Amino acid sequence: MTERRRRRITQAIAFCLLGSAGLSVLLTLAIILYFMTAQGSRAVSWEFLTEFPRKGMTEGGIYPAIVGSFCLATGAIVISFPLAVSSAIWLSEYARGSLWVRVIRVGVNTLAGVPSIVFGLLGLAFFVGVLKLGVSVLAGALTLALLILPIIIRASEEALRAVPTSFREGALALGATQWQTVRTIVLPAALPGILTGAILGVSRAVGETAPIMFTAAAFYMARLPRSPFDKVMALPYHVFVMATENPNYWRTKDLQFGTTLVLLALVLSLNLGVVVWRTGLRRRKRW
Amino acid sequence: MVTGTVESGSLQTAIEWMERDTDAEPVIEVEGLNFYYGRDRTLSDVSVSIPQHGVTAIMGPSGCGKSTFLRTLNRMYEVIPGARAEGTVLFAGEDIFKLDPVTLRRRIGMVFQRPNPFPKSIYDNVAYGPRVHGIRRRSVLDGLVEESLIRAALWDEVKNELKKSAFSLSGGQQQRLCIARALAVRPQVLLMDEPCSSLDPKASSQIEATTRELAAELTVVIVTHNLHQAARVSDHVGVFLSGGVLAEFGPTKKVFEAPRHPDVQDYLAGRFG
Ligand SMILES: Nc1ncnc2c1ncn2[C@@H]1O[C@H](COP(=O)(O)OP(=O)(O)OP(=O)(O)O)[C@@H](O)[C@H]1O
Ligand SMILES: [Mg+2]
Repeated sequence: MTERRRRRITQAIAFCLLGSAGLSVLLTLAIILYFMTAQGSRAVSWEFLTEFPRKGMTEGGIYPAIVGSFCLATGAIVISFPLAVSSAIWLSEYARGSLWVRVIRVGVNTLAGVPSIVFGLLGLAFFVGVLKLGVSVLAGALTLALLILPIIIRASEEALRAVPTSFREGALALGATQWQTVRTIVLPAALPGILTGAILGVSRAVGETAPIMFTAAAFYMARLPRSPFDKVMALPYHVFVMATENPNYWRTKDLQFGTTLVLLALVLSLNLGVVVWRTGLRRRKRW
Repeated sequence: MVTGTVESGSLQTAIEWMERDTDAEPVIEVEGLNFYYGRDRTLSDVSVSIPQHGVTAIMGPSGCGKSTFLRTLNRMYEVIPGARAEGTVLFAGEDIFKLDPVTLRRRIGMVFQRPNPFPKSIYDNVAYGPRVHGIRRRSVLDGLVEESLIRAALWDEVKNELKKSAFSLSGGQQQRLCIARALAVRPQVLLMDEPCSSLDPKASSQIEATTRELAAELTVVIVTHNLHQAARVSDHVGVFLSGGVLAEFGPTKKVFEAPRHPDVQDYLAGRFG
Protein backbone atom coordinates (compact mmCIF):
# COMPACT_ATOMS: atom_id res chain seq x y z
CA MET A 1 0.00 0.00 0.00
CA THR A 2 2.61 2.53 1.08
CA GLU A 3 4.80 1.35 -1.77
CA ARG A 4 2.05 2.12 -4.25
CA ARG A 5 1.44 5.47 -2.67
CA ARG A 6 5.09 6.36 -2.86
CA ARG A 7 5.15 5.47 -6.51
CA ARG A 8 2.11 7.61 -7.14
CA ILE A 9 3.76 10.58 -5.50
CA THR A 10 6.99 10.08 -7.44
CA GLN A 11 4.94 9.89 -10.59
CA ALA A 12 3.13 13.12 -9.78
CA ILE A 13 6.36 14.97 -8.99
CA ALA A 14 8.05 13.76 -12.17
CA PHE A 15 5.02 14.79 -14.17
CA CYS A 16 5.04 18.27 -12.65
CA LEU A 17 8.75 18.77 -13.23
CA LEU A 18 8.72 17.58 -16.82
CA GLY A 19 5.51 19.40 -17.56
CA SER A 20 6.77 22.68 -16.20
CA ALA A 21 10.03 22.26 -18.13
CA GLY A 22 8.00 21.85 -21.30
CA LEU A 23 5.81 24.81 -20.41
CA SER A 24 8.78 27.04 -19.66
CA VAL A 25 9.99 26.57 -23.25
CA LEU A 26 6.64 27.71 -24.56
CA LEU A 27 6.58 30.53 -22.04
CA THR A 28 10.01 31.79 -23.11
CA LEU A 29 8.92 31.83 -26.74
CA ALA A 30 5.70 33.60 -25.80
CA ILE A 31 7.56 36.23 -23.80
CA ILE A 32 9.97 36.89 -26.64
CA LEU A 33 7.17 37.17 -29.15
CA TYR A 34 5.04 39.38 -26.91
CA PHE A 35 7.89 41.72 -26.04
CA MET A 36 9.07 42.05 -29.61
CA THR A 37 5.62 42.63 -30.98
CA ALA A 38 4.61 45.09 -28.30
CA GLN A 39 7.80 47.12 -28.59
CA GLY A 40 8.47 46.67 -32.28
CA SER A 41 5.07 47.13 -33.80
CA ARG A 42 5.21 50.81 -32.92
CA ALA A 43 8.01 51.28 -35.47
CA VAL A 44 6.94 48.85 -38.17
CA SER A 45 5.04 50.41 -41.04
CA TRP A 46 5.13 50.29 -44.81
CA GLU A 47 7.62 53.21 -44.86
CA PHE A 48 9.78 51.41 -42.31
CA LEU A 49 10.09 48.44 -44.66
CA THR A 50 10.65 50.42 -47.87
CA GLU A 51 12.69 53.50 -46.96
CA PHE A 52 16.31 54.27 -46.21
CA PRO A 53 17.38 55.33 -42.71
CA ARG A 54 17.45 59.11 -42.16
CA LYS A 55 19.10 61.57 -39.76
CA GLY A 56 21.98 59.39 -38.64
CA MET A 57 19.72 56.37 -38.48
CA THR A 58 17.48 57.87 -35.85
CA GLU A 59 14.55 57.95 -38.26
CA GLY A 60 13.38 56.33 -41.47
CA GLY A 61 13.31 52.70 -42.55
CA ILE A 62 15.47 49.63 -42.87
CA TYR A 63 15.01 48.85 -46.57
CA PRO A 64 18.74 48.54 -47.38
CA ALA A 65 19.28 46.21 -44.43
CA ILE A 66 16.45 43.95 -45.61
CA VAL A 67 17.91 43.86 -49.12
CA GLY A 68 21.40 43.27 -47.72
CA SER A 69 20.31 40.38 -45.53
CA PHE A 70 18.46 38.91 -48.50
CA CYS A 71 21.61 39.14 -50.67
CA LEU A 72 23.83 37.60 -48.01
CA ALA A 73 21.47 34.71 -47.26
CA THR A 74 20.86 33.99 -50.94
CA GLY A 75 24.57 34.09 -51.66
CA ALA A 76 25.31 31.81 -48.73
CA ILE A 77 22.75 29.21 -49.73
CA VAL A 78 23.72 29.29 -53.41
CA ILE A 79 27.33 28.60 -52.46
CA SER A 80 26.65 26.17 -49.64
CA PHE A 81 23.80 24.07 -51.03
CA PRO A 82 25.55 22.30 -53.94
CA LEU A 83 28.65 21.70 -51.85
CA ALA A 84 26.71 20.34 -48.88
CA VAL A 85 24.43 18.11 -50.95
CA SER A 86 27.35 16.67 -52.92
CA SER A 87 29.20 15.89 -49.69
CA ALA A 88 26.11 14.29 -48.22
CA ILE A 89 25.61 12.15 -51.33
CA TRP A 90 29.20 11.07 -51.19
CA LEU A 91 29.01 10.28 -47.48
CA SER A 92 25.75 8.38 -47.65
CA GLU A 93 25.82 6.72 -51.09
CA TYR A 94 29.40 6.19 -52.12
CA ALA A 95 31.64 6.01 -49.06
CA ARG A 96 29.16 4.44 -46.65
CA GLY A 97 30.87 2.55 -43.85
CA SER A 98 34.41 3.56 -44.71
CA LEU A 99 36.87 5.10 -42.29
CA TRP A 100 36.75 8.38 -44.23
CA VAL A 101 33.08 8.76 -43.51
CA ARG A 102 33.67 8.56 -39.78
CA VAL A 103 36.57 11.01 -39.93
CA ILE A 104 34.59 13.48 -42.03
CA ARG A 105 31.53 13.15 -39.82
CA VAL A 106 33.61 14.09 -36.79
CA GLY A 107 34.88 17.05 -38.80
CA VAL A 108 31.39 18.15 -39.76
CA ASN A 109 30.16 17.90 -36.17
CA THR A 110 33.13 19.90 -34.93
CA LEU A 111 32.51 22.53 -37.57
CA ALA A 112 28.91 22.79 -36.39
CA GLY A 113 30.16 23.55 -32.88
CA VAL A 114 32.63 26.30 -33.79
CA PRO A 115 31.49 29.71 -32.46
CA SER A 116 30.32 32.04 -35.19
CA ILE A 117 32.82 34.76 -34.30
CA VAL A 118 35.56 32.34 -35.31
CA PHE A 119 33.98 32.11 -38.74
CA GLY A 120 33.93 35.91 -38.82
CA LEU A 121 37.63 36.13 -38.13
CA LEU A 122 38.40 33.34 -40.58
CA GLY A 123 36.39 35.15 -43.24
CA LEU A 124 38.25 38.37 -42.50
CA ALA A 125 41.63 36.69 -42.73
CA PHE A 126 40.95 34.44 -45.71
CA PHE A 127 38.20 35.83 -47.95
CA VAL A 128 38.77 39.52 -47.23
CA GLY A 129 42.54 39.27 -46.83
CA VAL A 130 44.11 36.38 -48.71
CA LEU A 131 41.56 36.23 -51.56
CA LYS A 132 41.40 40.05 -51.60
CA LEU A 133 37.63 40.16 -51.91
CA GLY A 134 37.51 43.12 -49.56
CA VAL A 135 34.64 43.69 -47.18
CA SER A 136 31.89 42.66 -49.56
CA VAL A 137 28.67 40.72 -50.10
CA LEU A 138 30.75 37.95 -51.63
CA ALA A 139 33.12 37.63 -48.66
CA GLY A 140 30.16 37.69 -46.24
CA ALA A 141 28.19 35.13 -48.23
CA LEU A 142 31.22 32.83 -48.38
CA THR A 143 31.71 33.12 -44.62
CA LEU A 144 28.04 32.42 -43.95
CA ALA A 145 28.19 29.53 -46.42
CA LEU A 146 30.91 27.91 -44.31
CA LEU A 147 28.85 28.48 -41.18
CA ILE A 148 25.74 26.74 -42.52
CA LEU A 149 27.60 24.02 -44.41
CA PRO A 150 27.52 21.49 -41.54
CA ILE A 151 23.83 22.15 -40.88
CA ILE A 152 22.89 21.33 -44.47
CA ILE A 153 25.29 18.39 -44.72
CA ARG A 154 23.86 16.78 -41.61
CA ALA A 155 20.24 17.30 -42.63
CA SER A 156 20.91 16.04 -46.16
CA GLU A 157 22.83 13.00 -45.03
CA GLU A 158 20.06 12.05 -42.63
CA ALA A 159 17.46 12.50 -45.34
CA LEU A 160 19.45 10.36 -47.78
CA ARG A 161 20.01 7.60 -45.27
CA ALA A 162 16.30 7.53 -44.49
CA VAL A 163 15.54 6.45 -48.07
CA PRO A 164 14.80 2.70 -47.92
CA THR A 165 17.54 0.42 -49.25
CA SER A 166 14.90 -1.49 -51.18
CA PHE A 167 14.48 1.51 -53.53
CA ARG A 168 18.18 1.46 -54.35
CA GLU A 169 18.18 -2.30 -54.83
CA GLY A 170 15.17 -2.09 -57.10
CA ALA A 171 16.89 0.40 -59.37
CA LEU A 172 20.29 -1.36 -59.38
CA ALA A 173 18.63 -4.70 -60.15
CA LEU A 174 17.14 -3.14 -63.30
CA GLY A 175 20.61 -2.29 -64.53
CA ALA A 176 20.70 1.34 -63.40
CA THR A 177 24.16 2.66 -62.60
CA GLN A 178 24.77 3.94 -59.11
CA TRP A 179 24.61 7.55 -60.25
CA GLN A 180 21.35 6.93 -62.11
CA THR A 181 19.97 5.36 -58.95
CA VAL A 182 21.01 8.33 -56.85
CA ARG A 183 19.75 10.91 -59.33
CA THR A 184 16.41 9.38 -60.24
CA ILE A 185 15.38 7.51 -57.08
CA VAL A 186 17.31 8.46 -53.97
CA LEU A 187 17.55 12.24 -54.39
CA PRO A 188 13.87 12.80 -55.24
CA ALA A 189 12.87 10.72 -52.21
CA ALA A 190 15.22 12.65 -49.93
CA LEU A 191 14.40 16.09 -51.32
CA PRO A 192 11.97 17.23 -48.61
CA GLY A 193 14.55 16.55 -45.89
CA ILE A 194 17.33 18.18 -47.87
CA LEU A 195 15.31 21.33 -48.52
CA THR A 196 14.34 21.50 -44.85
CA GLY A 197 18.03 21.52 -44.01
CA ALA A 198 18.61 24.25 -46.57
CA ILE A 199 15.93 26.49 -45.10
CA LEU A 200 17.18 25.94 -41.56
CA GLY A 201 20.57 26.99 -42.93
CA VAL A 202 19.12 30.12 -44.51
CA SER A 203 17.34 31.18 -41.33
CA ARG A 204 20.58 30.68 -39.39
CA ALA A 205 22.48 32.76 -41.97
CA VAL A 206 19.91 35.58 -41.85
CA GLY A 207 20.19 35.93 -38.11
CA GLU A 208 23.96 35.84 -37.58
CA THR A 209 25.91 39.01 -36.82
CA ALA A 210 29.43 37.88 -35.98
CA PRO A 211 30.32 36.23 -39.31
CA ILE A 212 29.38 39.32 -41.37
CA MET A 213 30.61 41.97 -38.96
CA PHE A 214 34.13 42.05 -40.41
CA THR A 215 33.42 40.56 -43.82
CA ALA A 216 30.40 42.23 -45.37
CA ALA A 217 28.45 44.58 -43.18
CA ALA A 218 28.38 48.34 -43.64
CA PHE A 219 27.53 50.78 -40.89
CA TYR A 220 25.43 52.84 -43.27
CA MET A 221 24.90 52.82 -47.03
CA ALA A 222 23.10 55.55 -48.90
CA ARG A 223 22.40 53.16 -51.80
CA LEU A 224 21.79 49.50 -52.46
CA PRO A 225 24.74 47.24 -53.34
CA ARG A 226 25.47 47.23 -57.06
CA SER A 227 27.86 44.28 -57.26
CA PRO A 228 28.98 41.32 -55.13
CA PHE A 229 32.01 43.40 -54.20
CA ASP A 230 29.97 46.13 -52.49
CA LYS A 231 29.45 46.31 -48.78
CA VAL A 232 25.89 45.93 -47.53
CA MET A 233 23.77 46.72 -44.56
CA ALA A 234 22.20 43.72 -42.83
CA LEU A 235 19.38 43.39 -40.31
CA PRO A 236 21.21 41.89 -37.31
CA TYR A 237 24.20 44.19 -37.74
CA HIS A 238 21.90 47.19 -38.10
CA VAL A 239 20.38 46.40 -34.71
CA PHE A 240 23.84 46.00 -33.25
CA VAL A 241 24.97 49.36 -34.66
CA MET A 242 21.90 51.24 -33.50
CA ALA A 243 22.20 49.76 -30.03
CA THR A 244 25.93 50.33 -29.50
CA GLU A 245 27.49 52.88 -31.84
CA ASN A 246 24.98 55.66 -31.68
CA PRO A 247 25.43 58.00 -28.73
CA ASN A 248 21.69 58.51 -28.78
CA TYR A 249 20.94 54.83 -28.69
CA TRP A 250 17.88 55.27 -26.50
CA ARG A 251 16.30 57.48 -29.13
CA THR A 252 16.33 54.58 -31.58
CA LYS A 253 14.82 52.04 -29.15
CA ASP A 254 11.66 51.66 -31.23
CA LEU A 255 13.63 51.29 -34.45
CA GLN A 256 15.79 48.58 -32.87
CA PHE A 257 12.79 46.58 -31.76
CA GLY A 258 11.13 47.14 -35.09
CA THR A 259 14.17 45.77 -36.91
CA THR A 260 14.38 42.81 -34.57
CA LEU A 261 10.71 42.12 -35.11
CA VAL A 262 11.22 42.07 -38.87
CA LEU A 263 14.17 39.71 -38.46
CA LEU A 264 12.23 37.46 -36.13
CA ALA A 265 9.20 37.39 -38.41
CA LEU A 266 11.46 36.47 -41.31
CA VAL A 267 13.09 33.56 -39.47
CA LEU A 268 9.86 32.32 -37.93
CA SER A 269 7.96 32.39 -41.20
CA LEU A 270 10.79 30.49 -42.93
CA ASN A 271 10.64 27.83 -40.23
CA LEU A 272 6.88 27.73 -40.18
CA GLY A 273 6.84 27.43 -43.95
CA VAL A 274 9.08 24.39 -43.72
CA VAL A 275 6.90 22.73 -41.09
CA VAL A 276 3.70 23.25 -43.07
CA TRP A 277 5.28 22.15 -46.33
CA ARG A 278 6.82 19.06 -44.79
CA THR A 279 3.62 17.84 -43.23
CA GLY A 280 2.03 18.21 -46.66
CA LEU A 281 4.79 16.17 -48.27
CA ARG A 282 4.73 13.56 -45.54
CA ARG A 283 1.06 13.01 -46.06
CA ARG A 284 1.74 12.26 -49.72
CA LYS A 285 4.73 9.97 -49.40
CA ARG A 286 4.12 6.57 -47.88
CA TRP A 287 6.71 3.91 -47.43
CA MET B 1 12.19 -30.51 -89.18
CA VAL B 2 14.40 -27.52 -89.75
CA THR B 3 12.67 -26.48 -92.95
CA GLY B 4 9.34 -27.20 -91.35
CA THR B 5 9.84 -24.67 -88.59
CA VAL B 6 11.45 -21.92 -90.63
CA GLU B 7 8.88 -22.41 -93.35
CA SER B 8 6.98 -19.19 -92.73
CA GLY B 9 10.15 -17.46 -93.84
CA SER B 10 10.35 -14.60 -91.39
CA LEU B 11 13.58 -13.97 -89.53
CA GLN B 12 11.64 -13.65 -86.29
CA THR B 13 10.36 -17.19 -86.58
CA ALA B 14 13.82 -18.47 -87.29
CA ILE B 15 15.20 -16.76 -84.20
CA GLU B 16 12.37 -18.10 -82.09
CA TRP B 17 12.98 -21.56 -83.40
CA MET B 18 16.69 -21.33 -82.65
CA GLU B 19 15.97 -20.19 -79.13
CA ARG B 20 13.50 -22.99 -78.59
CA ASP B 21 15.96 -25.51 -79.90
CA THR B 22 18.43 -24.62 -77.15
CA ASP B 23 15.99 -25.63 -74.43
CA ALA B 24 18.22 -28.38 -73.27
CA GLU B 25 21.23 -26.06 -72.97
CA PRO B 26 21.95 -24.61 -69.53
CA VAL B 27 21.56 -20.84 -69.40
CA ILE B 28 23.51 -20.46 -66.15
CA GLU B 29 26.41 -22.72 -65.28
CA VAL B 30 27.87 -22.42 -61.80
CA GLU B 31 31.14 -24.16 -61.09
CA GLY B 32 32.89 -24.34 -57.70
CA LEU B 33 31.19 -21.24 -56.29
CA ASN B 34 32.27 -20.14 -52.82
CA PHE B 35 30.78 -17.08 -51.19
CA TYR B 36 32.03 -15.10 -48.21
CA TYR B 37 30.61 -12.33 -46.03
CA GLY B 38 33.90 -11.15 -44.58
CA ARG B 39 35.39 -14.37 -43.18
CA ASP B 40 32.13 -16.33 -42.98
CA ARG B 41 31.65 -18.79 -45.80
CA THR B 42 28.00 -18.74 -46.87
CA LEU B 43 28.12 -20.89 -50.01
CA SER B 44 30.55 -23.75 -50.27
CA ASP B 45 31.59 -25.26 -53.54
CA VAL B 46 28.27 -24.92 -55.34
CA SER B 47 28.15 -26.38 -58.83
CA VAL B 48 24.94 -26.43 -60.80
CA SER B 49 23.58 -25.98 -64.30
CA ILE B 50 20.28 -24.16 -64.53
CA PRO B 51 18.42 -25.19 -67.66
CA GLN B 52 17.03 -22.63 -70.07
CA HIS B 53 13.33 -21.75 -69.79
CA GLY B 54 11.08 -23.26 -67.21
CA VAL B 55 11.13 -22.64 -63.48
CA THR B 56 13.93 -23.67 -61.17
CA ALA B 57 12.99 -23.57 -57.49
CA ILE B 58 15.62 -23.05 -54.82
CA MET B 59 14.73 -24.37 -51.38
CA GLY B 60 16.30 -25.02 -48.05
CA PRO B 61 16.16 -24.10 -44.38
CA SER B 62 16.43 -20.48 -43.28
CA GLY B 63 19.90 -18.96 -43.43
CA CYS B 64 21.35 -21.61 -45.73
CA GLY B 65 22.29 -19.12 -48.42
CA LYS B 66 19.42 -19.16 -50.91
CA SER B 67 19.20 -15.38 -51.19
CA THR B 68 22.97 -15.18 -51.34
CA PHE B 69 23.02 -17.65 -54.23
CA LEU B 70 20.42 -15.63 -56.10
CA ARG B 71 22.25 -12.38 -55.51
CA THR B 72 25.42 -13.90 -56.86
CA LEU B 73 23.79 -14.65 -60.20
CA ASN B 74 23.14 -10.95 -60.96
CA ARG B 75 26.01 -9.69 -58.83
CA MET B 76 23.67 -7.76 -56.52
CA TYR B 77 25.79 -8.89 -53.58
CA GLU B 78 28.43 -6.39 -54.69
CA VAL B 79 26.67 -3.52 -52.92
CA ILE B 80 27.39 -5.21 -49.57
CA PRO B 81 30.82 -4.24 -48.22
CA GLY B 82 33.01 -7.27 -47.56
CA ALA B 83 30.94 -9.68 -49.66
CA ARG B 84 33.02 -11.76 -52.05
CA ALA B 85 32.34 -14.57 -54.54
CA GLU B 86 34.88 -17.06 -55.87
CA GLY B 87 34.47 -19.60 -58.64
CA THR B 88 32.97 -19.40 -62.09
CA VAL B 89 29.49 -18.47 -63.11
CA LEU B 90 28.70 -18.55 -66.80
CA PHE B 91 25.64 -16.86 -68.19
CA ALA B 92 24.89 -17.89 -71.78
CA GLY B 93 28.48 -19.02 -71.97
CA GLU B 94 29.95 -15.72 -70.69
CA ASP B 95 31.77 -15.24 -67.39
CA ILE B 96 29.49 -12.95 -65.37
CA PHE B 97 32.40 -11.55 -63.40
CA LYS B 98 33.87 -10.19 -66.63
CA LEU B 99 30.58 -8.70 -67.81
CA ASP B 100 29.59 -5.16 -66.99
CA PRO B 101 27.18 -5.48 -64.00
CA VAL B 102 24.79 -3.06 -65.69
CA THR B 103 24.57 -5.31 -68.77
CA LEU B 104 24.30 -8.41 -66.62
CA ARG B 105 21.45 -7.04 -64.50
CA ARG B 106 19.61 -5.93 -67.57
CA ARG B 107 19.65 -9.50 -68.85
CA ILE B 108 19.05 -11.13 -65.45
CA GLY B 109 16.18 -9.37 -63.70
CA MET B 110 15.23 -9.66 -60.04
CA VAL B 111 12.07 -9.54 -57.95
CA PHE B 112 12.50 -9.09 -54.22
CA GLN B 113 10.91 -10.63 -51.17
CA ARG B 114 8.92 -7.55 -50.26
CA PRO B 115 7.32 -5.59 -53.09
CA ASN B 116 9.49 -2.51 -53.59
CA PRO B 117 7.83 -0.21 -56.11
CA PHE B 118 9.41 3.23 -56.49
CA PRO B 119 7.48 6.22 -55.13
CA LYS B 120 6.32 7.04 -58.65
CA SER B 121 3.29 6.35 -60.82
CA ILE B 122 2.51 2.85 -62.08
CA TYR B 123 3.58 3.87 -65.57
CA ASP B 124 6.86 5.41 -64.41
CA ASN B 125 7.67 2.30 -62.38
CA VAL B 126 7.43 0.04 -65.39
CA ALA B 127 9.09 2.56 -67.73
CA TYR B 128 11.97 3.08 -65.29
CA GLY B 129 14.20 0.31 -66.65
CA PRO B 130 13.79 1.17 -70.34
CA ARG B 131 14.34 4.87 -69.57
CA VAL B 132 17.52 4.12 -67.64
CA HIS B 133 18.72 2.24 -70.70
CA GLY B 134 18.16 5.24 -72.90
CA ILE B 135 14.71 4.68 -74.40
CA ARG B 136 12.94 8.04 -74.65
CA ARG B 137 10.38 7.60 -77.43
CA ARG B 138 6.94 7.78 -75.90
CA SER B 139 5.42 5.27 -78.32
CA VAL B 140 8.12 2.69 -77.56
CA LEU B 141 7.73 3.21 -73.81
CA ASP B 142 3.94 2.94 -74.04
CA GLY B 143 4.34 -0.34 -75.89
CA LEU B 144 6.81 -1.75 -73.38
CA VAL B 145 4.68 -0.72 -70.41
CA GLU B 146 1.58 -2.34 -71.85
CA GLU B 147 3.42 -5.50 -72.90
CA SER B 148 5.08 -5.90 -69.52
CA LEU B 149 1.91 -5.29 -67.53
CA ILE B 150 0.09 -7.85 -69.70
CA ARG B 151 2.82 -10.42 -69.15
CA ALA B 152 2.69 -9.78 -65.41
CA ALA B 153 -1.10 -10.23 -65.50
CA LEU B 154 -1.74 -6.76 -64.11
CA TRP B 155 -2.82 -4.84 -67.22
CA ASP B 156 -6.56 -5.34 -66.89
CA GLU B 157 -6.54 -4.07 -63.32
CA VAL B 158 -4.51 -0.92 -63.90
CA LYS B 159 -4.91 0.09 -67.54
CA ASN B 160 -7.16 3.02 -66.66
CA GLU B 161 -5.05 4.35 -63.82
CA LEU B 162 -1.47 4.21 -65.03
CA LYS B 163 -0.85 7.70 -63.63
CA LYS B 164 -1.79 6.71 -60.09
CA SER B 165 0.86 6.16 -57.45
CA ALA B 166 2.21 2.62 -57.25
CA PHE B 167 1.52 2.74 -53.51
CA SER B 168 -2.22 2.84 -54.17
CA LEU B 169 -2.02 -0.82 -55.25
CA SER B 170 -2.50 -3.83 -52.98
CA GLY B 171 0.51 -5.90 -51.90
CA GLY B 172 -0.12 -8.58 -54.51
CA GLN B 173 -0.60 -5.98 -57.22
CA GLN B 174 2.57 -4.22 -56.13
CA GLN B 175 4.50 -7.47 -56.46
CA ARG B 176 3.10 -8.04 -59.95
CA LEU B 177 4.04 -4.44 -60.74
CA CYS B 178 7.59 -5.27 -59.66
CA ILE B 179 7.51 -8.29 -61.98
CA ALA B 180 6.30 -6.07 -64.82
CA ARG B 181 9.03 -3.57 -64.01
CA ALA B 182 11.63 -6.33 -64.27
CA LEU B 183 10.12 -7.64 -67.53
CA ALA B 184 10.19 -4.21 -69.18
CA VAL B 185 13.92 -4.45 -69.83
CA ARG B 186 13.29 -7.83 -71.54
CA PRO B 187 15.55 -10.01 -69.38
CA GLN B 188 16.38 -13.59 -70.30
CA VAL B 189 16.38 -14.74 -66.70
CA LEU B 190 14.16 -13.63 -63.83
CA LEU B 191 15.33 -14.21 -60.26
CA MET B 192 12.59 -14.19 -57.63
CA ASP B 193 13.46 -14.23 -53.93
CA GLU B 194 10.44 -15.50 -52.02
CA PRO B 195 8.12 -13.28 -54.06
CA CYS B 196 5.01 -14.50 -52.25
CA SER B 197 6.17 -14.46 -48.66
CA SER B 198 4.40 -11.19 -47.82
CA LEU B 199 1.23 -12.01 -49.76
CA ASP B 200 -2.06 -13.73 -49.00
CA PRO B 201 -2.90 -17.12 -50.65
CA LYS B 202 -4.96 -15.59 -53.46
CA ALA B 203 -2.26 -13.11 -54.44
CA SER B 204 0.31 -15.93 -54.16
CA SER B 205 -1.54 -18.16 -56.57
CA GLN B 206 -1.83 -15.27 -59.02
CA ILE B 207 1.93 -14.80 -58.87
CA GLU B 208 2.39 -18.54 -59.34
CA ALA B 209 0.20 -18.55 -62.45
CA THR B 210 2.12 -15.57 -63.83
CA THR B 211 5.40 -17.33 -63.14
CA ARG B 212 4.25 -20.44 -64.99
CA GLU B 213 3.31 -18.39 -68.03
CA LEU B 214 6.56 -16.47 -68.05
CA ALA B 215 8.50 -19.71 -67.90
CA ALA B 216 7.49 -20.43 -71.50
CA GLU B 217 9.78 -17.69 -72.76
CA LEU B 218 12.30 -17.04 -70.04
CA THR B 219 14.16 -18.77 -67.28
CA VAL B 220 12.77 -18.24 -63.80
CA VAL B 221 14.78 -19.02 -60.68
CA ILE B 222 12.55 -18.76 -57.63
CA VAL B 223 13.42 -19.10 -53.96
CA THR B 224 10.57 -20.47 -51.89
CA HIS B 225 9.98 -21.90 -48.44
CA ASN B 226 6.71 -23.41 -49.53
CA LEU B 227 7.09 -27.06 -50.58
CA HIS B 228 3.69 -27.11 -52.26
CA GLN B 229 4.47 -23.99 -54.18
CA ALA B 230 7.74 -25.49 -55.38
CA ALA B 231 5.96 -28.67 -56.41
CA ARG B 232 3.26 -26.75 -58.29
CA VAL B 233 5.39 -24.20 -60.03
CA SER B 234 8.82 -25.63 -60.76
CA ASP B 235 10.39 -27.92 -63.32
CA HIS B 236 13.65 -28.28 -61.46
CA VAL B 237 14.48 -28.03 -57.77
CA GLY B 238 17.70 -27.33 -55.94
CA VAL B 239 17.89 -27.83 -52.18
CA PHE B 240 20.52 -26.05 -50.10
CA LEU B 241 21.40 -27.29 -46.64
CA SER B 242 22.97 -25.34 -43.81
CA GLY B 243 26.54 -24.35 -44.56
CA GLY B 244 25.56 -23.34 -48.07
CA VAL B 245 25.90 -26.78 -49.62
CA LEU B 246 23.74 -27.55 -52.61
CA ALA B 247 22.74 -31.05 -51.55
CA GLU B 248 20.29 -31.90 -54.27
CA PHE B 249 19.44 -30.71 -57.75
CA GLY B 250 17.23 -32.30 -60.39
CA PRO B 251 13.81 -32.43 -62.01
CA THR B 252 11.12 -31.53 -59.47
CA LYS B 253 9.29 -34.84 -59.67
CA LYS B 254 12.45 -36.82 -59.15
CA VAL B 255 13.67 -34.74 -56.21
CA PHE B 256 10.32 -34.83 -54.43
CA GLU B 257 9.76 -38.53 -54.97
CA ALA B 258 13.21 -39.86 -54.38
CA PRO B 259 15.69 -37.43 -52.87
CA ARG B 260 19.12 -38.97 -52.57
CA HIS B 261 20.47 -36.98 -49.63
CA PRO B 262 19.03 -38.15 -46.26
CA ASP B 263 18.89 -34.59 -44.87
CA VAL B 264 16.98 -33.50 -47.95
CA GLN B 265 14.53 -36.33 -47.33
CA ASP B 266 14.00 -34.99 -43.82
CA TYR B 267 13.66 -31.42 -45.09
CA LEU B 268 11.10 -32.36 -47.72
CA ALA B 269 9.20 -34.45 -45.18
CA GLY B 270 8.92 -31.27 -43.12
CA ARG B 271 11.07 -32.57 -40.31
CA PHE B 272 13.22 -29.42 -40.17
CA GLY B 273 13.73 -26.03 -41.84
N1 LIG C 1 24.72 -8.63 -45.49
C1 LIG C 1 25.18 -9.70 -44.81
N2 LIG C 1 26.30 -9.58 -44.07
C2 LIG C 1 26.77 -10.63 -43.38
N3 LIG C 1 26.21 -11.85 -43.37
C3 LIG C 1 25.10 -12.03 -44.08
C4 LIG C 1 24.51 -10.97 -44.85
N4 LIG C 1 23.42 -11.43 -45.47
C5 LIG C 1 23.30 -12.73 -45.09
N5 LIG C 1 24.30 -13.09 -44.28
C6 LIG C 1 24.50 -14.43 -43.70
O1 LIG C 1 24.62 -15.39 -44.72
C7 LIG C 1 23.87 -16.54 -44.44
C8 LIG C 1 22.91 -16.85 -45.57
O2 LIG C 1 22.00 -15.80 -45.69
P1 LIG C 1 20.86 -15.78 -46.80
O3 LIG C 1 20.12 -14.52 -46.67
O4 LIG C 1 21.46 -16.08 -48.12
O5 LIG C 1 19.96 -17.02 -46.33
P2 LIG C 1 18.57 -17.51 -46.89
O6 LIG C 1 18.75 -18.94 -47.24
O7 LIG C 1 18.08 -16.62 -47.96
O8 LIG C 1 17.65 -17.42 -45.62
P3 LIG C 1 16.10 -17.07 -45.53
O9 LIG C 1 15.39 -18.31 -45.94
O10 LIG C 1 15.89 -16.75 -44.09
O11 LIG C 1 15.84 -15.92 -46.44
C9 LIG C 1 23.17 -16.29 -43.12
O12 LIG C 1 23.87 -17.00 -42.13
C10 LIG C 1 23.27 -14.82 -42.88
O13 LIG C 1 23.48 -14.57 -41.52
MG1 LIG D 1 16.48 -15.18 -48.13
